[in-house]
Parts: sequence; structure tokens; C-alpha cells
Amino acid sequence: MLDAMLSGLSGLVAGFVHLHWSNLVMMCIGGILLYLGIKKDFEPLLLVPIGFGCIIVNIPLADLMEKGGFLRTIYDFGVITELFPLLIFIGIGAMTDFGPVLENPYTFILGAAGQFGIFLTLLLALALGFPYKDAVTIGIIGACDGPTVIYVASQYAQHLLGPVSVAAYSYMSLVPVLQPPIMRMLTTKKEREVVMKTHQKTVSKMTKLLFPIVITVIGGLIAPHGLPLLATIMLGNFMKESGAVARLTKASENEIANIVTLLLAISIGATMSGPVFVKPTTIIILALGLLAICLDTVCGVLFGKILYVVTGGKINPLIGAAGISAFPMSARVVQREGQKYNKRSFLLMHAMGANAGGQVGSVMAAAVMLSVLKGMGVI
Amino acid sequence: MMDRWTFGLTMLVVGMGGTICTLILFSLVMSALKKLFPYKKEEDEK
Repeated sequence: MLDAMLSGLSGLVAGFVHLHWSNLVMMCIGGILLYLGIKKDFEPLLLVPIGFGCIIVNIPLADLMEKGGFLRTIYDFGVITELFPLLIFIGIGAMTDFGPVLENPYTFILGAAGQFGIFLTLLLALALGFPYKDAVTIGIIGACDGPTVIYVASQYAQHLLGPVSVAAYSYMSLVPVLQPPIMRMLTTKKEREVVMKTHQKTVSKMTKLLFPIVITVIGGLIAPHGLPLLATIMLGNFMKESGAVARLTKASENEIANIVTLLLAISIGATMSGPVFVKPTTIIILALGLLAICLDTVCGVLFGKILYVVTGGKINPLIGAAGISAFPMSARVVQREGQKYNKRSFLLMHAMGANAGGQVGSVMAAAVMLSVLKGMGVI
Repeated sequence: MMDRWTFGLTMLVVGMGGTICTLILFSLVMSALKKLFPYKKEEDEK
């Protein structure tokens, strides 16, 4: 009788006995993510489920990520199959207005400059000894685009899914903190004060409608291995612009996006198990991710400076910083910085163009990268 | 198997070059589309 009771009691304390110090560290990190999401309003839709997932996966013996565990089931269903990031992309496409980039097509090029960080960080990761596929996955944090990062990681470096996703989403939310000092450091007061002309409503309905189809076909032909990324974002946008499937558009940007975000984020949190996550490599990946996003901003602003010179001072180089994929956060940062130096300066529409260009640019960079890797026989 | 630097530089040159060229192409195609289907004021009134 006593033995049976002791055995029963041992079952109740087994969780405490098996608690590893790294589990406790990760529970604290989960708590920090919850704090950042709730109190600081840093991407709460993502950080709250990620933080919660991180806490529960570090409770020993619950086996949430073992075969048959509920988090494992969600993870296998949506992350391993790459379904979740692609479904989110449909929602992003439905939410994004590409009008500003169509008004000023040159801003597409600013979206390219904002992707330099991906490739420079890849080089650095290789120099630090990361294997090819890991280096590519780390570099892609510079896309500053959560679903793209998850898509690439789930295909080529599943063991890095946790750190790269956390890095991508955390740094995206830190764009308002990270970008302004770099923008100020690389531009002169005169450059920051430039007032850009605003042309509004110059894009026809037909152009907006053809845009997603043309981009999908051309982009798909150039980089077929990244077509799922490009096609899903453009599908969402096409549905929005067509106006013919309002219910599907609404469902994509609301219900589907919300449900998938919850499932995706909790799955990412579930990859943050202490013994797997707490190691020096994670710190290096987080540092490289930060560097990638800073390099994106540096290259974007430098490209903006080139345009400033080429156009005889008509383009404010600050808009180059918006050539990353953090949409529309980065455009707002540019607008705020521009207004600080010249109250008559309204850079928002131009920055939105660069930002939408950055959205397409990040997807295209990932697509090109995958196709080049395939061509080289690495994947 | 190629060495790390060949791989890295190929990715930088072909990857970044490919991205830039694709986006320049997008930019040109979009400019052409805007010319083919110019915005008309009547669109606002519909």
C-alpha cells in the first residue's frame, strides 16, 4: 500500500526531477517574449504564442514534441510541409497595397538593395564555419520576412527553425529602434531634408490587376524553385485587386491568416526546447541575424544616396532604408525621420513604394537563392 | 564539391545579381504596363 502511494507520488514529482537548467533558461526566455509582446507591443500576434509555446515545450515529460504530441502534430502538418508560411503569404498578399510601388516602379530597385544583407551575412556565416545550407538559412534572416525565413529553414535546416524564426520576428519588430541611427549615420542633414514630389492615383485598375500575374509568371520562370513563395503572395494580391472574391480575400487576411499565425507561432515556440536551443550557436545566429538586418539598411540607404546623386538631389536617400520587407513599419520609420528634419517632407508614399518593393524583393531574393542552390547542386 | 569561398562568392554575385536584375526587369515591365494601360480619371467615378 505504502509502496503504491510512493510510486504514485513519484509520478507527481517526476517533472521536477527531470527539469534541466536549460529548460528553466528557456522558460525565462519564453516569459521575456510574452513580456515584449504584451507590454512592449512588439509583434504580439507572434511573440505571445511563440513565448507560450516556448514555455510549455520546456516542461519535462509532457512529450509535446514527441511523435503523437499535439505540438508535434501541428508542426509536422504545417511547418515541415511548408504549408503555414505559404498560407500566411496569401494573407500578406491580400493585405498589401502594391499601388505605391506601381506609381514609382524605380522603387523596386530600392527593394533589391535592401536584400544585400542576406548575401553578405551568408558569406559571414560561411566564414564562421556553418555548413552551406545552414549559412543560407542564417543569411535569409536578412530578408526581414518571417514566412520566407520559415519556408527556407523548414526545407533546408529544420534544426535552426527556432533561432532563425525568433531572430526574424524579433528584429522585424525592432526596426523602429535599429534603423534610425544607421539612417542618421549614413546621410547628411541636407540629404535628409530633401522634399520629394508626390504623384497620386496614376495607376490604372488594369495595371494593378495584371501586376500579380506578370510578376508570378516572370518571377516563376526566372526562379522556379521559389515559385510557391511568389505565387502565394501574388494570389492574395490578385484576389484583392480583382474585387471578385471579396469573401476569399477577407478570409485570407483575417480568419486564415489569424488561425495559421497561431498554429505557426506555437510550432516555432515548440522548437525552442532547452537542450536544443541553449548553445553558443544560437547566440551566433541571433548576432548574425541582427547584422543582416543592419546591413540591409546600410545598403538600402547607400543606394538611396546613389539615386540622390544621379537625380541631382531629387530623391531623399532615407527612403532606401524602407527597401526591406518589414511592411509597413519601415516606411513609417522613414516618414518619421524625414519629418524630424523637414516638416514639409512627406516621404511616406515613396517609402511605401520602396517597402512594397522590399516585400517583393525579399521573396525574389529567396526564390533566386533557392534556384541558384539547385543549379549548383547544393539542394 | 566547391570550396566555401567559391560557394559564398557565387551566391553573392549570382544571387544578388539575379535579384537585382529580376527587380529591374519587374520595374521595366511595370513601367510598360502603366504606359499600355494608363490611368483614366473616369476610373474614380465608376
